Amino acid sequence: MAIKIDEVKRLTLDEYKTDVHNDWCPGCGDFGILQSVQVALFELGIPRHKAVVFSGIGCSGKTPHYINVYGIHTLHGRALPFAIGAKLANPDLNVIVVGGDGDGLGIGVGHFVSSGRRNVNLTYIVYNNAVYGLTKGQASPTLKLGVKTKSLPKPNINDSINPIALALVSGYTFIARGYSYDVKHLKEIIKKAVLHKGLAFIDVLQPCPTYNDINTKDWYLGKDRVDPVTGKPISRIYKLEETGYDPYVHNPDDPNELNLKWIQVVEKSLEWGDRIPVGIFYVNEHISSYEERISDVISDYFSNPPAMQKISLKDGKTNVRLEHLLKEFSTT
Amino acid sequence: MKINQLSWLVGGPQGSGVDSGANIFSRACAYGGLYVFGKREYHSNIKGEHSNYVVRVSSELVRSHLDEIDFLVTFDPETLFRHIHKVVPGGVIIYDINQESITVDKIPTIDKPASKRIKSFLATNGVGYSVRDVIEYASRNGILTYGIPYVKLLEGLAERLNNPQIARMDVMINVMAVSASFALLQYDFSLVEKAIRYVFRAKKKVADLNVESAKYVYEYVLENFERTKYKLEPVRRNEVEMIIIQGYQASALGKIAGGCRFQSYYPITPASDESVYLEDNAVFEIAGDNGEVEKGSIVVVQTEDEIAAITMAIGAGLAGVRSSTATSGPGFSLMAEGLGWAGMNEVPVVVTLYQRGGPSTGLPTRHSQEDLLFSIYAGHGEFPRIVYASGDIEEIFYDAVKVFNFAERYQTPVIHLIDKAMANSIATVKKFDLTKVKIDRGELIEAFSDGIYKRFKFTETGISPRAKLGTENTVFWNTGDEHDELGHITEDHELRTMMVDKRMKKLELALVEISDEDKATLYGDAHAEYAVLSWGSTKGAILDAMDILEKEGYRFKFVQVKLLHPFPKDRVKDLIGQAKVLIDIEHNKMAQFGSIVRREILRDFDYYILKYNGRPMSLSEVYLALKLIFENKANKIQVLNNGD
Repeated sequence: MAIKIDEVKRLTLDEYKTDVHNDWCPGCGDFGILQSVQVALFELGIPRHKAVVFSGIGCSGKTPHYINVYGIHTLHGRALPFAIGAKLANPDLNVIVVGGDGDGLGIGVGHFVSSGRRNVNLTYIVYNNAVYGLTKGQASPTLKLGVKTKSLPKPNINDSINPIALALVSGYTFIARGYSYDVKHLKEIIKKAVLHKGLAFIDVLQPCPTYNDINTKDWYLGKDRVDPVTGKPISRIYKLEETGYDPYVHNPDDPNELNLKWIQVVEKSLEWGDRIPVGIFYVNEHISSYEERISDVISDYFSNPPAMQKISLKDGKTNVRLEHLLKEFSTT
Repeated sequence: MKINQLSWLVGGPQGSGVDSGANIFSRACAYGGLYVFGKREYHSNIKGEHSNYVVRVSSELVRSHLDEIDFLVTFDPETLFRHIHKVVPGGVIIYDINQESITVDKIPTIDKPASKRIKSFLATNGVGYSVRDVIEYASRNGILTYGIPYVKLLEGLAERLNNPQIARMDVMINVMAVSASFALLQYDFSLVEKAIRYVFRAKKKVADLNVESAKYVYEYVLENFERTKYKLEPVRRNEVEMIIIQGYQASALGKIAGGCRFQSYYPITPASDESVYLEDNAVFEIAGDNGEVEKGSIVVVQTEDEIAAITMAIGAGLAGVRSSTATSGPGFSLMAEGLGWAGMNEVPVVVTLYQRGGPSTGLPTRHSQEDLLFSIYAGHGEFPRIVYASGDIEEIFYDAVKVFNFAERYQTPVIHLIDKAMANSIATVKKFDLTKVKIDRGELIEAFSDGIYKRFKFTETGISPRAKLGTENTVFWNTGDEHDELGHITEDHELRTMMVDKRMKKLELALVEISDEDKATLYGDAHAEYAVLSWGSTKGAILDAMDILEKEGYRFKFVQVKLLHPFPKDRVKDLIGQAKVLIDIEHNKMAQFGSIVRREILRDFDYYILKYNGRPMSLSEVYLALKLIFENKANKIQVLNNGD
């Protein structure tokens, strides 16, 4: 990824924050994600005018207003195509997309899947709390079948989407999961995702303290199951990297390796309940980005992208010379 | 003798080369300096259903088609059955002599209503159901009929070229039929050859074979058949250089010339031709500041749906590129929410809307002007937008530039209304003049160092200086929520009123700044008592009818409204002037344009000429409908229904 560290001055972490009042509920998991994005931008040293955070609708949609880089709060489910448009117009921008699970895996799931086919160089973070918070706690696409959170009148009769597996089969080339209360871990994943050349997906487990009384912070940390020996809770969350898990595709020409990696991702993605993996599930650096595919046709795409092209002469007239195209229509 | 005045129709099953045949015919005529207007009709089908192309040729400017056909060029019986009633006495029919025994009820692609209509026509005229019966009927009525033995000719050609495979190459029959008509018109074969070579330029062998077969048929017809009373002769034209082009191509070229460098789209008829053309010509020549040749390019993205198409174009627009999408009714329906977001966040974006028959899937490949009110009102809430309609292929090119100027100047979505009739018509038009193409990017700032940048700064005009994403010191926020000057969410009641006013004010400015000519154009007699008001592709038929009616002593003026929203009330009132009788002509049931004009100028129309059967108005229809009005014999509403 083309990150140019601002030569003028290195910003402080505070300079990546706005003074807009944050109206998320106290204890909301969103705070951890917000902080992780801010720290990642700060640690990567991305100049403020080179970063754009796009969001969808819902609590997560407000994220850009709290970050002091360009913030584009778009439509419900449509953050990805907005972001892709901006990125393709100017590939020099560092684009991060944030959105809820309903946004990305419900109303926007078509874009979620289709974006994987393109592998545009950006990072997509899904705030996964299994409920629609801002509309008072309806079931989201990631809520498990049969679960009844406190705001549901009846147990959920839809099965849940597996975001990690869906990202894999859709073509995402960097797939990870984070936990919103572990900022130190999550910001490192975000940094790697931003630096990854291609489309990165981060599923962030983000407890909604107001409407999801099942997958709570205490539940993730295993407060309900105390180790009889140590007297400490046995966390449900564990880190893949601590188990020797290798997410990287090393040899793109070895179909066997790729098969095994895919099986490994799907297996890990199915773990839920007693043990929930976080960390990086999959990285394939061998797939061309959409921008590279464009540059196969438009050879100077990176140096002269759409947003940077001059379109007029000094006198304000068009700089296009149409003669060669008009030949096709000539009557002589 | 009828020289250089011709209404020519070729038809056949889709996939049989009707299009390329018509293309060759039109081009060959244009190469001879003749004016051409071609109208294409086709089904929503890949192979087999009937399609046809009517081409009008003249040494004078032609802008519309006629219902009456001088030359009916066929190579299948369906075309003969469907169009026989339109052939004029003294006209010409070219048909396949080996298909004489086929009857109308043996053709599965003639659907029930068409079959019923054809049979009733035949019964009324005492004609049997076979091709032979129809041909005999035509001969009795003074139509010259030419039975071409296509298969035998292919065999003859195979023998002449010593290549037995050619005998089975019935894919060339379309070109043979076209060539037969050129022979009967005694037209210069070298121009026919040039057109064939052009149309098949990508495949030299195919071009060679088609030229050979065309020549063979041409000679055969000259040797074996009597001449017609029609003749086409090349004319010398020393005035402006002409090009022959279709509407979607003009729109694409206008976009390139107008600086559009990003287009996203989802496949839909008849809009996607434009995007495919752009993709095919993604890299083009531009002039550097010192005149040196450089490369420009446009990124075209085929998206997963129209929601992605518009939102991607908006995202690109935020990055500062002139961006657009092209779609038709169903796709535009999906874009409504995105349109509102662009209006709310003052993002310039152009939607090129190729209207077709609705509602729902409606008539996917047929013409209409049903989306005017929807263009003006699509999206919830209130936000500014500009709706601009072109009237012909030449206008499309220049308007495609203007709509980007409007979009950037007023920082708002612009809907460029085109329609199926223009998209798929082919016409000779004046070669596009790039010195007329001016780029106005409005208040786009390249650099900022003046304190805190406010994307939605309150100003007198409502227009806030716009920075692209990536411009130093201009970090800003956008949101579909109501927002403050920085772009942060607000629900403050006072700020809300100010922001709504700010956005809507831009349209007042647009009404002041957009030139009179760009708002509405006057044709004909400015002092006439009758005023025809219309918009979009009806222009051609109205102007052609005006020429004829003026010669007959009927004078009227034609007010073509191009800026449909915000509505240029004063300009339109001025142009109507003292006219006593107002006539609305448009392609929908509800008289949508009429309803806007009524509301704006507080005056009703005296007559409405409407058509909504999916086929563009012909010169024949418009002429008759207007004449009825001038003779005081017309009903208040005339619904036109010709078609094929």
